[in-house]
Amino acid sequence: MAWYVGRRLLQMIPVFLGATLLIYAMVFLLPGDPVAALGGERGLNPAVAAQIRAEYNLDKPFLVQYLLYLQGIFTFDLGTTFSGRPVTDVMADAFPVTFQLAVMALAFEAVFGIAAGVIAGLRKGKAFDATVLVLSLLVVAVPTFVIGFVMQFVVGVKLRWLPTAVGSDVSFTSLIMPAIVLGAVSFAYVLRLTRNSVAENLTADHVRTATAKGLSRPRVVSVHVLRNSLIPVVTFLGADLGALMGGAIITEGIFNINGVGGTLFRAIQQGQSTTVVSVTTVLVIVYIVANLLVDLLYAALDPRIRYA
Amino acid sequence: MKIRRFAGFAATIAVGALALTSCASAGTDGGGSTADSSGGIVTAWGSEPQNPLIPTNTNEVGGGKIIDLVFSGLVYYDADGAAHNEVAKSIETEDAQTYTITLNEGWTFTNGEPVTSESFVDAWNYGAQLSNAQLSSYFFEGIEGFSWDEDSELTGLQIVDDTTFTVKLKQPEADFPLRLGYSAYFPLPQVAFEDMDAFGEHPIGNGPYKVASEDAWQHNVEIALAPNEDYSGDREAQNGGVTVKFYETLDGAYNDLLAGQLDVLDQVPDSAFSTLEDELGDRAVNQPAAMIQTLIIPMDLEHFTGAEGQLRRQAISMAINREEITEAIFEGTRTPADDFTSPVIDGWSDDVTGSEVLDYNAAKAKELWAQADAISPYTGTFTIGYNSDGGHQAWVDAVANSLRNTLGISAEGNPYPAFKDLREDVTNGAISGAFRSGWQADYPGLYNFLGPLYGTGAGSNDAGYSNAEFDSLLAQGSAATSVDEANEYFTQAQEVLFQDLPAIPLWYQNVTGGSADTVSNVEFGWNSVPLLYEVTKN
Repeated sequence: MAWYVGRRLLQMIPVFLGATLLIYAMVFLLPGDPVAALGGERGLNPAVAAQIRAEYNLDKPFLVQYLLYLQGIFTFDLGTTFSGRPVTDVMADAFPVTFQLAVMALAFEAVFGIAAGVIAGLRKGKAFDATVLVLSLLVVAVPTFVIGFVMQFVVGVKLRWLPTAVGSDVSFTSLIMPAIVLGAVSFAYVLRLTRNSVAENLTADHVRTATAKGLSRPRVVSVHVLRNSLIPVVTFLGADLGALMGGAIITEGIFNINGVGGTLFRAIQQGQSTTVVSVTTVLVIVYIVANLLVDLLYAALDPRIRYA
Repeated sequence: MKIRRFAGFAATIAVGALALTSCASAGTDGGGSTADSSGGIVTAWGSEPQNPLIPTNTNEVGGGKIIDLVFSGLVYYDADGAAHNEVAKSIETEDAQTYTITLNEGWTFTNGEPVTSESFVDAWNYGAQLSNAQLSSYFFEGIEGFSWDEDSELTGLQIVDDTTFTVKLKQPEADFPLRLGYSAYFPLPQVAFEDMDAFGEHPIGNGPYKVASEDAWQHNVEIALAPNEDYSGDREAQNGGVTVKFYETLDGAYNDLLAGQLDVLDQVPDSAFSTLEDELGDRAVNQPAAMIQTLIIPMDLEHFTGAEGQLRRQAISMAINREEITEAIFEGTRTPADDFTSPVIDGWSDDVTGSEVLDYNAAKAKELWAQADAISPYTGTFTIGYNSDGGHQAWVDAVANSLRNTLGISAEGNPYPAFKDLREDVTNGAISGAFRSGWQADYPGLYNFLGPLYGTGAGSNDAGYSNAEFDSLLAQGSAATSVDEANEYFTQAQEVLFQDLPAIPLWYQNVTGGSADTVSNVEFGWNSVPLLYEVTKN
């Protein structure tokens, strides 16, 4: 087990190098000159522009820029943004908030999605099942920003139950609404996945055997049906953590959360390669770790799976 | 110039907001039940400063709004754009070239250091040095000793004593005193020069406010400003402090305003234009600003040179129905242009000779175009370059449409993904067609709309325009010793522009904002930024 985890972690090194190189190259290839944009419509004097380019190594060839960036990483110096802030500070601001938001969204979709999915699966074809299926279809069909704006307007502006925006007040209360919006689509998927999986497993041989053995219904459902049904759901949730962290840009924008999405968006717009690469690389690592955790969870859910 | 490009992100989600405003128009009660009672601190909309908070390195509105509150310059501008002495006691000149500036006594920075001639001279020298790569260094271009090639001292600045210094310019510039309220000319305390990076994070100024504490600036979130008790100028804080909150989207900010969680908003989202008056009533603001949008046709573009070019430019200008576009696309949040400057500037006039070329006249446009075709028949497609991150597509398409219909030519928009991409092509002269441009004044003077944009070889002369008569009128205006006299020359210079149309004026941008009923006395300055020191909390 430890060997397996160690091997998986070692695999992260080539992935890390490949990801940084690839992303750096993509940002480098982005059209437009970030330094020229600093001057606005007026444009920047060439002499000043050259100074700034030299300061951020933008005047050097691609490979040199990349190697300088890598060199920086090993000394924990990721460079600075055009506003003179260390990129590490920018990330230290953005990641905790987004992580909190993503975990809350994940908890929301897991708890409510699985609960509703199990009930729907057990009562396949009944009124509850039909209702949640239609509702979840609706949630999937309506774009996130519509859900976000409608909730913000109704719950925040009209009813005033929850704060309209997060801003400097990063708290459980202020993040409730954004987390629901962020997790809404995945919630619908989790619900449908669980519902189908449960409904299918109910007719499986081992469940019939368990019922024939005279086990109580709650025990059959919780141990024999649910445990097996959760494998696809856990796979989905694991991959979703990464997606939630990187894909929160719309939600973060609506609720004014200073998170990863907005940071990345601004950095791409301004052509700040070091910020883009650093943030994206951390996201890649989050994906890898989440996937590893999912793989380990398989072993817990299905005794037939063993890692060595 | 202060750069605005906030529309970028907002545009991506504007569609969703449209659906929403229809229910919003039902009217809001506007009750401020959730408004905090934090001792009269006004919350204002803003965006994260893109550069450290150093006056000479701040060239966009996000940082400029904060810098203007934290620092005081020689003069300040009131709501009408008129300049009044602030730190300066007097600014005197006899030839518009050498100025003697006397400071008021008793001004201090918030660290106790007195504001002296040295505070200004050192700050200006810092801003002008090439190796410091300050974004606003061009403001010192006119001062004797300035160089774009190497670090060189501004020899035109001479300290007479602690409260007096003289400025010698390379050539007469009548509106130099008008400029001195711009942030690039603010003074700096000595401590700034020890570590400018640290200073940019924790600026120490002499303005009506100071940064409230060491960690008052939460990046990308907000910055808290507290009144400066030692401030002794006219802009004294009328509230218990100002917190500038940085927003990712205008829609989010607008909802915050409606919910009473934000007091002052300078810019409402496009989606709220139609419902603004219903929702905010007389707390809504919609007035022209010192910003003009133009359409630039490079002077060397094929078919747009010489006499043929002049006819075609005039035809294109007359083929654009500015009234209709500003109403239909901008819901009245733009005002059709009458000249090359802005109505908020002293000396502005809506009847400069030749300005009828800005009136929609399809018949005349066709006629002029036909005359040009007689010289050399037009071929190809007329393209209008624009950056699609700035909400320009709708009007560019409308203009292209109107050119197609009126002139019977093929015309279309030429989108660039981002502002920086458009600028790159424009700067390198790689753009093959017309393109949009905008200009926001640095200081309230007519010259600022003319010299930097259309003077021969000027920094922002994107069209590559050069006209000796225009240059000479500008020079005469600059050498004038009174603003009125100068403005007469500048108006004549505009008459030349109306003939040549190096840029086709489209419309003045309006400032479209508002405030919540939690505050009173909200007034917008000439530069479209609310005068936050005046705002009082109810």
